[in-house]
Amino acid sequence: MNKLKLLLRDIQETIVQSQAWKSIFRHGYADTPRNRALAIASNVWLHLHPAKVRRHAIKLRYTWCAGGLTFLFFLVTVVTGVILMFYYRPVAEYAFVDIQYLEFDVPFGMINRNMHRWAAHSMVMMVMIHMFRVFLTGSYKPPREFNWVVGVLLITLTFLLSFTGYLLPWDQLAIWAVTVGSNMARATPLLGNEGPLAVQVGDLFDAAAGVKDTFITPRYDARSFLVAGTVVGSPTLLRFYVLHCIFIPVAASILMILHFWRVRKDGGISGPL
Amino acid sequence: MVEKIKKAFDPRFDKVHTWPHLVRIEFLCAVITLLFLLVWSLMIDAPLEHPANPAATPNPSKAPWYFLGLQEMLVYFDPWMAGVVLPSLIIVGLVLIPYIDVNPKGNGYYTFHERKFAIVTYCFGFLILWVSLMVVGVFLRGPGWNFFGPFAPWDSHKVVPLTNIDLNMFLAQSLGLDFLRNPFMGMLFGGFLIVAYYSTAVLYWQAKKGSSEILQKLGVVRYGITAFLFLTMAALPVKMLLRWTFNIKYIMVIKQINLSI
Ligand code: HEM
Repeated sequence: MNKLKLLLRDIQETIVQSQAWKSIFRHGYADTPRNRALAIASNVWLHLHPAKVRRHAIKLRYTWCAGGLTFLFFLVTVVTGVILMFYYRPVAEYAFVDIQYLEFDVPFGMINRNMHRWAAHSMVMMVMIHMFRVFLTGSYKPPREFNWVVGVLLITLTFLLSFTGYLLPWDQLAIWAVTVGSNMARATPLLGNEGPLAVQVGDLFDAAAGVKDTFITPRYDARSFLVAGTVVGSPTLLRFYVLHCIFIPVAASILMILHFWRVRKDGGISGPL
Repeated sequence: MVEKIKKAFDPRFDKVHTWPHLVRIEFLCAVITLLFLLVWSLMIDAPLEHPANPAATPNPSKAPWYFLGLQEMLVYFDPWMAGVVLPSLIIVGLVLIPYIDVNPKGNGYYTFHERKFAIVTYCFGFLILWVSLMVVGVFLRGPGWNFFGPFAPWDSHKVVPLTNIDLNMFLAQSLGLDFLRNPFMGMLFGGFLIVAYYSTAVLYWQAKKGSSEILQKLGVVRYGITAFLFLTMAALPVKMLLRWTFNIKYIMVIKQINLSI
């Protein structure tokens, strides 16, 4: 072990003393407490962290790195997703062939699509694991109650993000999964045409608007609002596309900023009080 | 002051520099994860089936895997419960957790025995109801949403007789309680059962509020919310058991407003 350390130090010395290295980095890095703190505080990305953290908090067995990995998977989907957007048109006539085009003709299109898909699934899995960890360490207890609430909103948005994306390939898997999922909205109490009290609420709305058999029918209810029509069709595709590429990612990003800021403001990663 | 000095010398509050100690762990985790994702994406292609065809419904039609626990609930509940009320209650219930859990212990470290009820309840909801039903939905549900063993071939002609029966009719038949055949009496009876089920929380409160420190600390509002959420969650396995044992379909039906539980 010690021999290995010495060897590594030798290699490090050789590199940082070389002419090439010195030509790039004019002065060395003195490993002082001050410099360690500055490395965090004067770096725009790293200063998300505090300069010092409690010893137990950096242990993998404490956080499982689950929140961080959820964020990493999110970043992967953002990068690969933007690339997908260059080739994909959210119209029923084009969507499927655009995916085929991506798979067979676009350079690295297949692997890009695969990365987007698998990172998205991983994000869903990881966010559930993160929440489980946060529960098991009791990290939702004061003063972190509100960050848990932000987290619940984030996991909800993560599901919706994944669900809206599921439709976009416009294949059998896509439309039927979304059909099954959105059919639930039909049964929304009061506002879905097959839900409890739908007839009564519909009659009320009809009377108020002076029309007949219009409100809370398959054409005007919670589900048709969600899928933009009576069936999952081209309007649904466009609606889900906008939600998937703009609305939900922006909302989730804002909440993530809040989430990370609150981790710091609530006193850093939780630990024994 | 004394507190501060104590803290400074307590090894549990020992701090290390983020750079390099945390940053290197994050960097390693990120690199390993990205490599894993890259290899996964090189080896397994994302699915792409036939182009969307609204006229050809696949059997079974499954929602995305993470919603299959809810789709599984459709076997036991109407869509307004399985698809709308239960998911909403899950979200609301999760949001409320920090505000109804008044146990100050177990904040910031792993412990089971200092918060047994919280952990057992969460694990039951997450691991049993959410995760394992999801697994059932993904792997064990075939055509017609029928149950198939892990290696059983999916026979799309499998016929499972529909023998489900509403609770009031079941009791009318098996116990000879003929007055329950009347839909109105059936509804009253079902409603009574549901009210009675939730009333156990009131009885428990009345019996224990004098002696239980935990209940006093919770107060009546927190207790009420906790009990409601807990009993609602517990109602899922109850209804599942009723289905498996007696083929019970609904506990209560109110035809006029299209509501069945
Ligand atoms: C998009 C989803 C999410 C992302 C990217 C995210 C990210 C993070 C990160 C990076 C941390 C720092 C500690 C760690 O890595 O464990 C953290 C902490 C935390 N997260 Fe999340 N999170 C997400 C969802 C959630 C959810 C669903 C919950 C719970 C409902 C939650 C509750 C918390 C809490 C309470 C903390 C503080 C933990 C502590 O101090 O020990 N987060 N989150």
